[in-house]
Amino acid sequence: MEKITGAEALMLSLKAQGVKTIFGYPGGAIMPTYDALFDYTRGEKKAFEHILVRHEQAAAHAAEGYARVSGKVGVTLVTSGPGVTNTLTGVADAMMDSTPIVVIAGQVATGVLGSDAFQEVDLVGLAQPITKWAYQIRSAKDVAWAVSRAFYIARSGRPGPVVLDFTKNAQTEKITYEPTKVDFIRSYVPYPEPKQEKLKAAAELINNAKKPMALVGQGVELGNAQEELKAFLEKADIPAGRTMLGLSALPSNHKLNMGMLGMHGSYSVNLKEQEADVLIAIGMRFSDRVTGDVSRYAKQAKIIHLDIDPSEIDKCVKTTVAVVGDCKVTLPALTALINKNDHSEWKESFQPLRKKEIENVITPATKPTSGPLLMGEVAHDVAKIGYELAENQGKIGSPILVTDVGQNQLMSCRYFKFHDKRSIATSGGMGTMGYGLPAAMGATYGAPERTVCCFMGDGGLQMVIQELGTIMEYDIPVKMILLNNNYLGNVRQWQDMFFHKKQSFTPMTNPDFGQIAAAYGIQYHRVSKREDLKEAITEMLTSKGAYLLETIIKPDMNVEPMIAPGKAINEMQLNVEC
Amino acid sequence: MEQTEKTLYTLQVYTENIAGILNQITSVFTRRQINIESLNVSPSSIKGIHKYTITAYGDEETMKKVVRQIERKIDVVKAHFYTSEDLFLVEVALFKLSTPLLLSHPEASKAIRHARGRITEVNETFCIAVCEGTTDYILALFHELRQIPDCVLQFTRSGRIAVTRSCQEEVSKFLHERGEEI
Repeated sequence: MEKITGAEALMLSLKAQGVKTIFGYPGGAIMPTYDALFDYTRGEKKAFEHILVRHEQAAAHAAEGYARVSGKVGVTLVTSGPGVTNTLTGVADAMMDSTPIVVIAGQVATGVLGSDAFQEVDLVGLAQPITKWAYQIRSAKDVAWAVSRAFYIARSGRPGPVVLDFTKNAQTEKITYEPTKVDFIRSYVPYPEPKQEKLKAAAELINNAKKPMALVGQGVELGNAQEELKAFLEKADIPAGRTMLGLSALPSNHKLNMGMLGMHGSYSVNLKEQEADVLIAIGMRFSDRVTGDVSRYAKQAKIIHLDIDPSEIDKCVKTTVAVVGDCKVTLPALTALINKNDHSEWKESFQPLRKKEIENVITPATKPTSGPLLMGEVAHDVAKIGYELAENQGKIGSPILVTDVGQNQLMSCRYFKFHDKRSIATSGGMGTMGYGLPAAMGATYGAPERTVCCFMGDGGLQMVIQELGTIMEYDIPVKMILLNNNYLGNVRQWQDMFFHKKQSFTPMTNPDFGQIAAAYGIQYHRVSKREDLKEAITEMLTSKGAYLLETIIKPDMNVEPMIAPGKAINEMQLNVEC
Repeated sequence: MEQTEKTLYTLQVYTENIAGILNQITSVFTRRQINIESLNVSPSSIKGIHKYTITAYGDEETMKKVVRQIERKIDVVKAHFYTSEDLFLVEVALFKLSTPLLLSHPEASKAIRHARGRITEVNETFCIAVCEGTTDYILALFHELRQIPDCVLQFTRSGRIAVTRSCQEEVSKFLHERGEEI
């Protein structure tokens, strides 16, 4: 058999993994791979589409967005030194939010490792704390094994990022390629077997509960257990709150959906969590955004924790019964053991609080009658019009929400509607500004049949504004909604609330985004009046290709309701005055 | 930090024998700013498996979280924490002592004999005592010898090595269940 280079072995190995899209940026140490890649992106050997981003951080976030909406492993290809260190924010983000990506980076030749060679960095050392696995490929004969192992680790169990450090000599030396499949690592148990006694103990608690509540997280999406979740909730009539990353694990209009958990979640959900006698946490990790002051979190409740990762059990909150396993397996097993039930009175008790939130927060935020545009109404209208259009256009699946970070994220998560699974990509645990636009780019490749709506603030957009170049070059049909209030809004809110309104470096002077869009040849419209909003949104969503809709937002508004830092979740404030 | 308020735990971590794992394990401690008191690494009785014996002060809840986070690493096979009662523990210490001061202070020799230490090398200037035993024995001897100013020229401890007192060999059992030949 003809010998091939390590770089070409990488191409064949990625092809064997079913990779179709690579987000990357070339450089010195990865040039042999880019040389091989050229032939695999065109002509008779064509296997991949490669998207040349404008900053390596965007390549990592694009891989994340791709992975979030498709469930497949996102792939990033970058060079050594500054190239790969630029991706580390995205890698840390993926680790925190359990997103499966593989970052392949060039590295200097093994002979000069440790000599401070040009663009050399200890990637394995840097990446180890923020990856599931980080490995340096020093020989071409290891490529097939390393790639297969990388993908297996990234996608299995609790997903996460893997980094491969590809030395230059390994890219150029020639070997006889032997396809390798890694689907077993003796020290790694990605799908622990659930214990029967734990399932029985959990079922007993649920059967005897008078006020049960489910806390639904991204684990349900990662486990593809959306139908199993519905069956479980419906059998025992259990009301549910979703984390931000679990928002589309249960459709917004499901009768048992009570709203979003956490700091800026739903009022009734947060208050009722402090009344429930049994909490069933499914694929969520009790993030501090959800628990508020953890010393006062749900002390009255017995907590059942269903999670695939044993290290999450008791990490933040003491569990009564832990069911470790894949929720695709544990949910139906638990459903079989629980009794059919009716909790009408308990569910009804959410309604007065829900009504209070609708009157005092939701209606003013989404249906204002005067004043400047509000973030909530933009998010609400985009979701509504987007869904109607998707139905009319016969699109498979409702619009996907991708967000940046800050007030834009919180408001769009609160007021967007989720109908189908895997409909949200947002940076939860790391809160990475600049995530939105590149993740949205990646999402259009991960779910090409769906409309991708990207909500950003003026701060977050400008962290990655160069990616308008990527969008221009590849005609990526992202619908970008810029919620422009000329502020770093969320930090401004905290400064107003906790730092005596000292707005330290949060007001921002912004450019004419219209001119920037025009320079990139991207369709653009600016709207500031309420009467123009729906038409502008419709035009954006019915247009072909990328579109930037800039909405001029009331500058000094706060996201509400809110659980202030250090407070218990039942101390949630409905209104947050400016 | 006031160590006497916390318990000294011994962690045993079994891993694949590949480079880079030590860094991954210690980073779990570093992240929580837990100081590692001692660390020993060596091949275990199981082919291809390395054993780490780590001691650190802490409380039970923290140690539970630490071992779970260590065990989460891909190439870590098993991780457990123990208090001293669950383990058969040994440490070795070397004392480089001033020979004149040792000769002029008979209580020093008595302390070394009491701790079952042995003098292995002697010259006019220094002698070397090797002491093998539990941490408490070794530390007691060290404190006693330090009462004589300038007597202890150098002192080093090996760190603990330990085997469990359990009748179950959990790591072998786990690998056997994974279908591996031990």
